Amino acid sequence: MKNRSLVSIDDFSKEEIIRILDLAGEFEAQPVRRLLEGKVIATLFFEPSTRTRLSFESAINRLGGKIVGFADSSISSVTKGETLHDTIRMVNSYCDLIVMRHPYEGSARYASEIATVPVINAGDGANQHPTQTLLDLYSIRKTQDTLENLNVFMVGDLKYGRTVHSLLMAMANWNTTFNFISPEELRMPDEFKIYLDNAGLKYYEHLDFSDIISKADIIYMTRVQKERFSDPIEYEKVKNIYVLKNNMLRNTKSNMRILHPLPRVNEIHTDVDANPKAYYFEQAQNGVYTRQAILCTLLGLN
Amino acid sequence: MKEAKQKLVVSAIQNGTVIDHVPAKNLFKVIQILGLDHIENQITFGTNLESKKLGRKAIIKISDRFFEDDDINRIALVAPEAKLNIIRDYAVVEKKVVQVPDYISGIAKCMNPKCITNFEHVTTRFRVVSKKNVSLKCLYCEKITSQENLQII
Repeated sequence: MKNRSLVSIDDFSKEEIIRILDLAGEFEAQPVRRLLEGKVIATLFFEPSTRTRLSFESAINRLGGKIVGFADSSISSVTKGETLHDTIRMVNSYCDLIVMRHPYEGSARYASEIATVPVINAGDGANQHPTQTLLDLYSIRKTQDTLENLNVFMVGDLKYGRTVHSLLMAMANWNTTFNFISPEELRMPDEFKIYLDNAGLKYYEHLDFSDIISKADIIYMTRVQKERFSDPIEYEKVKNIYVLKNNMLRNTKSNMRILHPLPRVNEIHTDVDANPKAYYFEQAQNGVYTRQAILCTLLGLN
Repeated sequence: MKEAKQKLVVSAIQNGTVIDHVPAKNLFKVIQILGLDHIENQITFGTNLESKKLGRKAIIKISDRFFEDDDINRIALVAPEAKLNIIRDYAVVEKKVVQVPDYISGIAKCMNPKCITNFEHVTTRFRVVSKKNVSLKCLYCEKITSQENLQII
């Protein structure tokens, strides 16, 4: 996998995904290893994403690598009208690997064609965010001891949420049963249901929370964003339906864990935080180990 | 009788390629895709000719020009039923049909307004996910552009 880019989750095979998760486990056991000594990593955030950027920078720092880049395109040459093509050509000569977040979809694929160093897609518009998917997989495997035959519930904005789309496609490798809970306006798009049909996997759609969550191994929560609704009244109607509260977890399975890509707003009540089934902050921590594993894999340093 | 008239409208060529059964409305797209507006060869074409299959068809005759299959398949998006006759010394020596290729580069526009190909000078690239009712998956933004939203660059 050396010198390859990670743009889309399906760039990696099932076996390659497993290898990265195994390596992430090694970094969890021993996070500080100076494997990136002498390496320079560019972190290009054409749109701000504090969480993802800090996670990457933490991973790079723990590996002893140095960082160049920007956190916001308003302070870079992009404001002077430089094309993505030229920015990547230039940065390519300054570093050993590029991590980039960009508002346009397909930008990371394009950058990976221009660059001679590996490119890691840290989010291209509403398209892909594969390192999030890998850390989600790591969190699921760690909490369930397996990825096989799980019952995964996805809740909230299933229409625009790229994290649920990528996770769905990845989990389809392991005979997952899916349950989708969302308002009518934000249902899982047909293309992903067709994807599951073709894979021969079962999925069920629900409009609200019910006792059905007692079957869940994983509840993957997402934010229902106001700007996704054409009618603000519709938003007001649904915004409180998809809130997970501690008392709703009474009949859930003991192995069940709640994940969320964060940031959360109100969709998980703070009274859930103290419940051992809440796993979203550990999930964010797993992001650092997973990104350490991805960086080392793409640079051939494992 | 009709055959004779058509031959009169679009006169025969001695050597070259005849592209028949082009949908009349896409004649100029075919010309553009094959770059016929930039070559020096003698070209004659007729359009809005009657066709049982297409309603109204167009026909293009290009003298002294022969196409590679890869070239000709590029018109599949706009003229999927097109038939080619290769002419040598006024006789048809070979017939070809166009085939929708597996990958398409640089002909169609991605319909996703947020796709990078609509912001920078990137040659569009697609995987053809459906050949019957042509549907293209952008290799950049991974969104699908379907037949009804298909725009030729």
